Amino acid sequence: MFNTKEVLETINMVEKEHLDIRTVTMGVSLLPCIGGTAEKTAKNVYDYICKKAEKIVKVTEDLSREYGIPIVNKRISVTPASIICAPFASKSFLIGKALDDAAKTVGVDFIGGYSALVHKGMADYEREFISSIPEVLSTTERLCSSINVGSSKSGINMDAVRYMGEIIKQTAQKTASSGGFGCAKLVVFCNAVEDNPFMAGAFHGVGESGTVINVGVSGPGVVQHAIESIPEANLSDLAETIKRTAFKITRAGQLIAAEAAKRLNAEFGIVDLSLAPTPARGDSVAAILEEMGLESVGTHGTTACLAMLNDAVKKGGVMASSRVGGLSGAFIPVSEDIGMIEAAERGTLNIDKLEAMTAVCSVGLDMIAVPGDTPASTISAIIADEAAIGMINNKTTAVRIIPAPDKKVGDEVNFGGLLGRAPIMPVHGESSAKFIARGGLIPAPIHSNKN
Amino acid sequence: MRAVVTVVGKDKTGIIAKVSDFLAKRGVNILDISQTIMDSYFAMIMLVDLSKAVKELGCIADECAELGKSIGMSIHIQHEAIFNAMHNV
Repeated sequence: MFNTKEVLETINMVEKEHLDIRTVTMGVSLLPCIGGTAEKTAKNVYDYICKKAEKIVKVTEDLSREYGIPIVNKRISVTPASIICAPFASKSFLIGKALDDAAKTVGVDFIGGYSALVHKGMADYEREFISSIPEVLSTTERLCSSINVGSSKSGINMDAVRYMGEIIKQTAQKTASSGGFGCAKLVVFCNAVEDNPFMAGAFHGVGESGTVINVGVSGPGVVQHAIESIPEANLSDLAETIKRTAFKITRAGQLIAAEAAKRLNAEFGIVDLSLAPTPARGDSVAAILEEMGLESVGTHGTTACLAMLNDAVKKGGVMASSRVGGLSGAFIPVSEDIGMIEAAERGTLNIDKLEAMTAVCSVGLDMIAVPGDTPASTISAIIADEAAIGMINNKTTAVRIIPAPDKKVGDEVNFGGLLGRAPIMPVHGESSAKFIARGGLIPAPIHSNKN
Repeated sequence: MRAVVTVVGKDKTGIIAKVSDFLAKRGVNILDISQTIMDSYFAMIMLVDLSKAVKELGCIADECAELGKSIGMSIHIQHEAIFNAMHNV
């Protein structure tokens, strides 16, 4: 028989502390779909995804009811589309539409993988593919796009970084009526991972199996509550408590992932043990940092608190799952975290501090809105800074930034739902244009003599 | 298949009777019960067997939530694996 305290602890985690499985993401390889023409390939893609993911919504809903744990999102990630679009890159938009249509038919929230990996070089067909992103993101609903522009092994492709600054600006313009919402579905990575279940950066790497199930767990509220229960503890004890909590959360994810894979006739991929906040109060990573003893996230000590949190989450989670992957860590998307939103509004949290925070956590400058007149070269420079942190520290970093059209500092954009609202944050006015105009490759770093 | 039923709420007369009647009507066999009162809150945990249940666990879970609403308690039924996973190494 079960211990009453343990059973009630699980019930409380779900009912009061927002414990949930954030996403069950089915990774689907599209390599079998490549046909002779864009039209044929698009049809193959639509049919193949509809067949493979036919049951994903029903199975996850059944699991949620049987185990009593909410499963918030059902998603699909696919092979980077630039690969299957290569022979007919000028018609890439047809594949984008097929992916979006398939997502609507099977009923998933998002489909990720309108992506290209250009960290060492960008072929003509990849440039053509990337040029389609603003139009495709403005004419589709559920499709997400990501571009990898750097890696620790290859360096940073600054031509791609420059280009992405322009693509982000164009995407914002094309979706101006919704505050530049298209940019919320576009991520620029350094060291992108191939098994990430979280959007908007999910894609199904070419090294992955045919069909896999990756699960992202969440639970900032559970961690916050655990810390609240030991207000006088020192940091070693705090780290222990976070580890234990992360262990329990991840075990729930592992169970759901294994069962979902079995029922969906797919391989179990990984559990991503990320603390992913939502705009709901009590589901905030910022609140955890503040519970640790900071008056506001963004003040001095934030980076240290976040480093400890991130590491303790990983340590607890790694033991709980047979396979850990994805982005695993604490997310700090500004618009999706009520504590971050309020700190940004107060001016306590700025882009420079966020950049420092991304050096010790997963993943990067995420869901940050900046003034609509921010030059493309400044956006590229922000991407370059983030990519440099990832490249040197052998970690994944990303930028998901929204230059909200016609908005200035003091305004805000509201995307609604899980994407929340973003106060417009100031950027430095001094130009980075000459640096960005140089182009070329920042060479891969030396892996010895580390200081 | 075994599952765990939890009933939490303000203590009142006849809770166990209502819940066990509900389970019996659905062919769910009670294997073990533990019950405590904490700060005037009633907390009951039952381990049940669903091998002869007349409905699927998901259905029974939905009906449990409805029963809970009708008697002003929070009632859940969950596959036992979730508790094993989270609390046993």
